[in-house]
Amino acid sequence: MQVFGVKLPAMSSLLLWGLLWEIVGQMGLTFFVPPLSQVFATLFEIIGTPPFLKALWETGYAFFMGVFFAIVIGIPVGILMGKSRFLDELLLPWVNIFVSAPLTALVPVLMVLFGFGLTSIIITTTLFAIWIIILNARAGVRQINRSLVDMARSFGASPLDAFTKIYFWAALPEILGGVRIGVIRAVKGVIIGQLLISIVGFGALFELYASNFLMGHFWAVLIILFALAFSISEFLGYLERKVAYYAAKR
Amino acid sequence: MAMSQIDTPFADASMAAPESAVSVRGVSKNYGAVEALKNMSLEFPKGQLTSLLGPSGCGKTTLLKIIAGLIPADSGTIEVGGKAITGPGDDRAFVFQDFALLPWANVLRNVAFGLELRGVAKSEREAIAETYIANVGLAGFEKAFPHELSGGMRQRVGLARALSVDSQVLLLDEPFSAVDEQTRRKFQEDLLSLVENENKTFIFVTHSIEEAVYVSDQIAILLPRPSRVSEIIRPSSFRNKGVENIRRDPEYLDIVDEIWASLRNYVE
Ligand SMILES: Nc1ncnc2c1ncn2[C@@H]1O[C@H](COP(=O)(O)OP(=O)(O)O)[C@@H](O)[C@H]1O
Ligand SMILES: [Mg+2]
Repeated sequence: MQVFGVKLPAMSSLLLWGLLWEIVGQMGLTFFVPPLSQVFATLFEIIGTPPFLKALWETGYAFFMGVFFAIVIGIPVGILMGKSRFLDELLLPWVNIFVSAPLTALVPVLMVLFGFGLTSIIITTTLFAIWIIILNARAGVRQINRSLVDMARSFGASPLDAFTKIYFWAALPEILGGVRIGVIRAVKGVIIGQLLISIVGFGALFELYASNFLMGHFWAVLIILFALAFSISEFLGYLERKVAYYAAKR
Repeated sequence: MAMSQIDTPFADASMAAPESAVSVRGVSKNYGAVEALKNMSLEFPKGQLTSLLGPSGCGKTTLLKIIAGLIPADSGTIEVGGKAITGPGDDRAFVFQDFALLPWANVLRNVAFGLELRGVAKSEREAIAETYIANVGLAGFEKAFPHELSGGMRQRVGLARALSVDSQVLLLDEPFSAVDEQTRRKFQEDLLSLVENENKTFIFVTHSIEEAVYVSDQIAILLPRPSRVSEIIRPSSFRNKGVENIRRDPEYLDIVDEIWASLRNYVE
């Protein structure tokens, strides 16, 4: 951002919005927006408490399991779809439907199928993340240089060799891009799961604070969640940039 | 083509049919309605370099990939070392027009990649790769990545990779067409010494008449629609006169002219 020709550091606009938030909060216009300073005070107050740590663990566990399955299923499926015309025609319509479908509407079905526990929450998280991971891995494989594949085959590569030594690496920049977006969607998935399926983790905290009008607590947990999601996404973006040097030269 | 065959001092030796490393017998290939190859037969003498020369679209790459086992022929057989092939094999190595290097791997891993796929242990394959990297003049670039190299250097990596698996037959698909003219000339000279020293059979696709005549023991002229071998030329007198004299040799110049005369009708 530039103000009067002076280049400001990245995200300095956040300071401006934070300031606005503080002013609105101090004016006491609505209970919904307590001053930012108070939110941060609450944040440091609750961050080490057992209920918070328990919620963090419950949410973190469901989140990482969900992302894990989305990645280990999504990447191979996407690569196979990119390689095989048959699989692609079979699966692509479904992937395209689910990538844009309002998945929240499916959550009650999952509850019927898998119960009101952790399983359903993990599956919800996976469902939010997996489709974009599949699509990106597929796109990465489809732009692969054919002669790399011919080269590997001419030196006697087995199908597994071709998969792990050529297709995966050639598609890696796109795969990482898909994982980054998938992870952001998984945050959404895990919170929706914990609000709708069983009231645990951060979902339970949101529920508790909102119903007791503890807006300072509510915003504090939300800010922590945003910060966590943002950090993971930035880390994946960093990995993406590390492999980007060859993305243009495949 | 009287000049190209009988009138050599070693007429008797060249009359006896040389042993074939690769035999193409009655090979046809269609892509849908396109007849890429029609009933093609061709012998590739052992230890020699044979060029496939012809206008683009006449099926040179298709023939080379069929010999490599990368695409199946619709009919006909390919024999390598007397055995019919069914797919890619250790007896053949391919050099690609666009180099086909792994952009995420350094020169050492790229050169060793053929051996890696063939299951050679890491320390052994890297030792072999180092030798060939030095042989093609890339010593010191082992840790460089393909995008840091010039086109000519990249093709040297591709060549070193093909050499290091030590296959009897090398298949080269217009390997020098993406490098600049000076580098290309150096490559052609290096190729001649490779043919002399490596005792391998080279099958070399090119669309450059001068290049074909300069490097080949045998030139197969391919014509399109339907694709066929129109003639086979075996330059005989200038091969031993030294690389710097070839381009001035009367036989070299005559053959270049003659090939151009037969190909000019096919250039649109
Ligand atoms: N994968 C393919 N699908 C359809 N047609 C092809 C394919 N590959 C080559 N052809 C056609 O076959 C003919 C021979 O092609 P190719 O072997 O690449 O010729 P060259 O290498 O001599 O230029 C051309 O007409 C080309 O258009
Ligand atoms: Mg070609």
